[in-house]
Amino acid sequence: MRRTVLDYLDNTASRLPDKVSFRDEKTALTFGQLASQARAAGSVLLNDGICREPVAVYMSKTPQQIAAFMAALEAGCFYVPIDDEMPQMRIRLIFENLKPRAVICDESTKENAEQLANGASIFVWNEIKDASEDAEKLSEVRASMIDTDPCYIMYTSGSTGIPKGVAVCHRSLIDYIESFCDVMKFDEETVFGSQTPFYFDASLKDIYPTIKLGCETVIVPHTLFMFPIKLVEFLNEYKINTLCWVVSALTMISAFGALDEVLPKYLKIVGFGGEVFPIKQYRKWKKALPDVRYINLYGPTETTGVSMYYEVDRDFEDDDVIPLGKAFENVDIFLLDENNKLADEGEICMRGTCVTLGYYQDPERTSQAFVQNPLNDRYPEIIYRTGDIARRNDRGELVFVSRKDFQIKHMGHRVELGEIEADVNSIKGVRNSCAVYLKKKDRIELYYEGRPEEKELLSYLKEKLPRYMVPTKVHKLDRLPLTPNGKTDRKGLTAMSEGK
Amino acid sequence: MEELIEILKDLHSDVDFDTCTTLIDDKILDSFDIVSIVSEVNDRFDVAIPAKELVPENFNSAKALWDLITRLEED
Repeated sequence: MRRTVLDYLDNTASRLPDKVSFRDEKTALTFGQLASQARAAGSVLLNDGICREPVAVYMSKTPQQIAAFMAALEAGCFYVPIDDEMPQMRIRLIFENLKPRAVICDESTKENAEQLANGASIFVWNEIKDASEDAEKLSEVRASMIDTDPCYIMYTSGSTGIPKGVAVCHRSLIDYIESFCDVMKFDEETVFGSQTPFYFDASLKDIYPTIKLGCETVIVPHTLFMFPIKLVEFLNEYKINTLCWVVSALTMISAFGALDEVLPKYLKIVGFGGEVFPIKQYRKWKKALPDVRYINLYGPTETTGVSMYYEVDRDFEDDDVIPLGKAFENVDIFLLDENNKLADEGEICMRGTCVTLGYYQDPERTSQAFVQNPLNDRYPEIIYRTGDIARRNDRGELVFVSRKDFQIKHMGHRVELGEIEADVNSIKGVRNSCAVYLKKKDRIELYYEGRPEEKELLSYLKEKLPRYMVPTKVHKLDRLPLTPNGKTDRKGLTAMSEGK
Repeated sequence: MEELIEILKDLHSDVDFDTCTTLIDDKILDSFDIVSIVSEVNDRFDVAIPAKELVPENFNSAKALWDLITRLEED
């Protein structure tokens, strides 16, 4: 029986020790190196008394960062991915919630890590990766681990401005990866092009199949996502045959007509998610690469990763929506209406091993989303309410309708408009603010009242918020308009922006 | 050129686009910006920037971008 994801690593490292696991433009790690560095660095953590606790892995997105995740697991800990492109403010908030006693960093993040440490031990990756292995301690801690122990924490957007740390156990991750690999039909020949940062659960789609099956993951340089032809050339150079990307990264290539110039010629599988794939763009891909398998992947961080999939098997009209499809094996998905009754249109709710442990050190927000199954009053059973509304079509597939609250999807990221507002409202001199989302243009704009000038406010927000949350435009108003019942008139402001 | 600067200022009001020649090299513009710029240029100048012109050299300065737009208008 598999208890932890380290079993995947042990197995693959002994089967394929010399095969490349993760690489970027500069470096590559074989499975053998990945496993031995993880054990070496894990021994250092253990000998420093770090065990059964969070380890913040604050590094740039490299193969070494994956090895550091594994090192934390070897020490019986759970890892928390943070990278050098995250805004300082967000990292600080994560540290405040996490209170880690151990931080693994690299040369690029060392200085910042030291500033944030607040008494935590700082381990520089290059100094611990070749340490001597303490086999006895490693096997002792491994024997004590169970599959419901946390494996990682991923932080997501929260409406109060404080990110929520979703804690996920080994069992949920194993359950997910087993189904995911079956559905996608990955094998040893699979070469992933890694697009999302490791601090998003979308990255699990590349990382864990690689470790389980002995695939290869190539980290695609971030800057290439500005230059579609160079991006496709990169995919060809590294013979990348599988993409699990957010939709906006895929449309970046198709919308600019890059597929007319150069084709990703090794491509076999495209998994897409994060938002709805505009049919027009999907068709460009299908036309350019008709033999590729296209698979829609859906699932929130709170239910581990992907919980639902749809492999495109028919043609769609321009005004159609590609369905979310059906649940993975061992996941039960159902729709609840406002009265908590089963319905054909309603909030997507999930039941199963995929339901994660909840938000780290945050019982209040955990109890709002992770709730007793309203359909079951006979024994404790926790389900997750996604906040997404879907309907069932006449083929029995689920189709996404909208968000229940003010959470939106922007450039593939989940954004709470309330979080942006909370950050703006925390600025000295700002009285009130309202963020609006313009669906057609896929952009966020912000209205506010207060002292700071527009320019000043915008540059402040750029420092404070992740890039995808920064409003494209900010508008200073004397007074935010109100609805008859005294709430900020978000609809009115949205209409105002749309009219411009 | 002024109208172009305006588009760019909308994205980054704190950058001096008249003088900066390292918009890409210094990571001032990112992929979000490029997508916005291409669509704004299309709307306002009726110029479609083809994929093969999406290279760092054409976006490093407002001048380079302006030259590209002029070149595409002539074609």
